[in-house]
Amino acid sequence: MKSNDIILQTAAKFVTFIIMIFSFYIFLGGHFGPGGGFVGGLLTSSALVLMLLAFDIKTMSTVIPFDYKLLIPIGLLVALGTGVGSFFFHVPFLTHAFGHFTLPIIGETELATATIFDLGVYLVVVGITMTIIQTIGESE
Amino acid sequence: MIEIVKYIAVIIILMGALLSLVTTIGLFRLPDTYTRSHAASKSATLGIMAVLSGTALFFWVDKGFLSGRLILGIIFIFVTSPVAGHLIARAAYKTNVPLWEKTVHDDLKGKYDEQEKERRGEQFDS
Repeated sequence: MKSNDIILQTAAKFVTFIIMIFSFYIFLGGHFGPGGGFVGGLLTSSALVLMLLAFDIKTMSTVIPFDYKLLIPIGLLVALGTGVGSFFFHVPFLTHAFGHFTLPIIGETELATATIFDLGVYLVVVGITMTIIQTIGESE
Repeated sequence: MIEIVKYIAVIIILMGALLSLVTTIGLFRLPDTYTRSHAASKSATLGIMAVLSGTALFFWVDKGFLSGRLILGIIFIFVTSPVAGHLIARAAYKTNVPLWEKTVHDDLKGKYDEQEKERRGEQFDS
């Protein structure tokens, strides 16, 4: 059925932008404030679900031609890689390291390896949520 | 100066709370879905925006910290809440929710009959 959804589609385009930025902020700010990989991943997938609601599943798969199932092993590998990486420095598994660095634009920031582990969590959460929702949405 | 701005923030937050109360009274008192949607999407939006801007003003003046999240939240509520009201009212009209019996004017009367026929036809064909 063709229906006239122009108000929902225009609003969804704008709002998805805001949600994506906010999820990125939540993901990066998880070390010092509330947030982290799990909430950031859920927010990103909620932005993608909003686009799925406004447009249909075929349009989304042509705009983002990417299999969300691939995100799950990639995220698990990233999380495992941070654990295995600590063996190269002769410290126990999943040892956390951090340091202060001077970045070109932002200035002095504290970079921690926990962020890379969070990136793995983020990828797994986005992959699992989008896989569940797309699988339920496709079955007739 | 700081005390004056604090009182302004208090007045804005109280106005927002009052508007939310008006929304609730409207949800109880109004007769059908469309008028209730009118009450819920307009005054609740303005009420929440007033509460959020009062909070942002208070934290900016009192703590010296302008929260970007609150400003983003104000923009977000301002964009999404009327769209949600529009979608609820349109879904109600498309599923033939009756209007109030004292309604005198219906601009959309007959506009959705064609689509309804098409949808039913597709359903019977398949």
